[in-house]
Amino acid sequence: MTAVHVDTGARGRAPVGERTVTDDDVRRSLHAVLDPELDEPITELGFVRSIRVGADATTVEVHLRLPTSFCSPNFAYLMASDSKDAISAIPGVRRVVVELDDHHDSELINAGLAADAGYRGTFRHEAEDSLDELRRTFRRKAHTAAMERCLTGLLRADRELPEEDLGTVRLRDLPAGREKEALLRRRTALGLPGDGDACVLVDDEGRTYAPGAVPLALRRARSTRISIDGNAHFCRGLLRTRYEGSGADQAFRAEGSEPADQHGLLPLTVKEHQP
Amino acid sequence: MYSKDGENYFIVDAHIALWDARPENQRNIHGKQFIDCFYDYHRNLSPESELWTYEEYLYQGGERLMKDLFTDGYVDHAIFQPAYLGEFYHRGFGQTEEAYGLAAANPDKLTYNHCFDPRQGEAGLDQLRADHERMGFKGVKLYTAEWHGDSRGYKLSDPWTYRYFEECRKLGVRNIHVHKGPTIRPLDRDAFDVSDVDHAASDFTDLNFVVEHVGLPRLEDFCWIATQEPNVHGGLAVAMPFMHSRPRYFAQIIGELIYWIGEDRIQFSSDYALWTPKWLVERFVDFQIPEDMTEYGQLTVQQKKKILGLNAAKMYDIPVPEELRLPDAEETATGPRQPERADLASAR
Repeated sequence: MTAVHVDTGARGRAPVGERTVTDDDVRRSLHAVLDPELDEPITELGFVRSIRVGADATTVEVHLRLPTSFCSPNFAYLMASDSKDAISAIPGVRRVVVELDDHHDSELINAGLAADAGYRGTFRHEAEDSLDELRRTFRRKAHTAAMERCLTGLLRADRELPEEDLGTVRLRDLPAGREKEALLRRRTALGLPGDGDACVLVDDEGRTYAPGAVPLALRRARSTRISIDGNAHFCRGLLRTRYEGSGADQAFRAEGSEPADQHGLLPLTVKEHQP
Repeated sequence: MYSKDGENYFIVDAHIALWDARPENQRNIHGKQFIDCFYDYHRNLSPESELWTYEEYLYQGGERLMKDLFTDGYVDHAIFQPAYLGEFYHRGFGQTEEAYGLAAANPDKLTYNHCFDPRQGEAGLDQLRADHERMGFKGVKLYTAEWHGDSRGYKLSDPWTYRYFEECRKLGVRNIHVHKGPTIRPLDRDAFDVSDVDHAASDFTDLNFVVEHVGLPRLEDFCWIATQEPNVHGGLAVAMPFMHSRPRYFAQIIGELIYWIGEDRIQFSSDYALWTPKWLVERFVDFQIPEDMTEYGQLTVQQKKKILGLNAAKMYDIPVPEELRLPDAEETATGPRQPERADLASAR
């Protein structure tokens, strides 16, 4: 880690009987915070700029950074407020400051977070109801992309497989591995069944496709996958350009990677804290 | 014109700007943030040999523009697409008067498109009429993430935008270039959503809607609406330079576009001064879909010629030498263009 303050915890003194909070606790909690658009932990995207646990070992200050000043403020807000919630849930934490740096809405978002104003309290007239539907939209897209990766994997493995047959492929027909696990996770997030009998190619509501509609459904899913992979890599690249050294805080993303991505990035295991 | 391997390509750069982002023109921090964001795009996606200094990037002026496009860049004709950004820059970001002046002095080389903001209401409509009478443009560029007082964005489906489209129709302004930036209001929904283009294109079938940067970062949404609306086109601003830094991603973008909207509705642009056309034209003529991506056909010379210039020339009635013209592809007006390539399994 280049950007994260590592000297903490040990020096501070928590009140007797309270748990001492460490950087690792904070980092682990932030690992559960996803960029809703890219469906990846902010810790793997390099969006966590710094973690500082106060001398009392109960106060946490975290700074976040994004690839551009003009990243969409709704996603920026979600990541920042989810970060605050995640850190607040760590036993022993009493006070949390989360700040988003260098964004066109930094002032607005940071003030809203400090006051625990919530989404509507932060954005006032620009917010209507909630960001739940926005999250759902991108959970659906993440599922669509995961589904396409699995099915295209089958096609690439067996060139004789007719595409119409993909409509009846069941979860149990998929080879075990990273892509299947990712699909199962995303099905769970949408409330779709994860048993072996369930069909892989389904719409957002879990409905299957008629044989004639299968090729177009797959093709449409492919455009979603290409889009997400492309964005995930472009965002990573822009962050590295914007913040020198931030590449060391990014995990390698295999999906959508190019030959050039294999060079110049540190192995992802370097940044992971193993329990 | 660009020539390679005995083939001649008529080049239309369909999205260029003459901007001024120098500190003295920046109204506030957002003016700096905006050009810094562009500069990071430039630094991130350009080959090292094509990198500009920050100083060069802030402002180019007409002379440099003419050299970069027409002396060095193989461009036959280019189209200004100004973004106003009055909340970020004292005299605006796109220099409309300077661009109009340059186009008026070089009508064979430059076309001036104008811009409007539907939140200007009636007064803006009067201004649009007056500007059109003076400048006689055929197209407008709309930046939907433009800030305007309390509002930080609008949609093409807003009632006032429709009033402006009706006016465009009357004036003969047929080409609506849409730059989807992050439209902030309402924040509840995806800021890059392109569904408003779908509504407008269905209701104004006599207008052309060119979605710049082909809807990125929502390529999938763009392809889906564009395949259903025969008057929706894709502009390759921002997408082109991925050829260098992420060639497999670019191959998929172009492959998807040819599948969903066909070779007659894609327009090349350098997005000058984000990038310069010279290297983009050279690389695109040499570009090919990687062989392992069997879900896409190989790009043909004909497709490249259309994308690099003939498609935009047709939309703007730009004269093309007889020997460089090509007929339209025999493709459906809506729906996927290469159903036989519905998947890689059928391409074996």
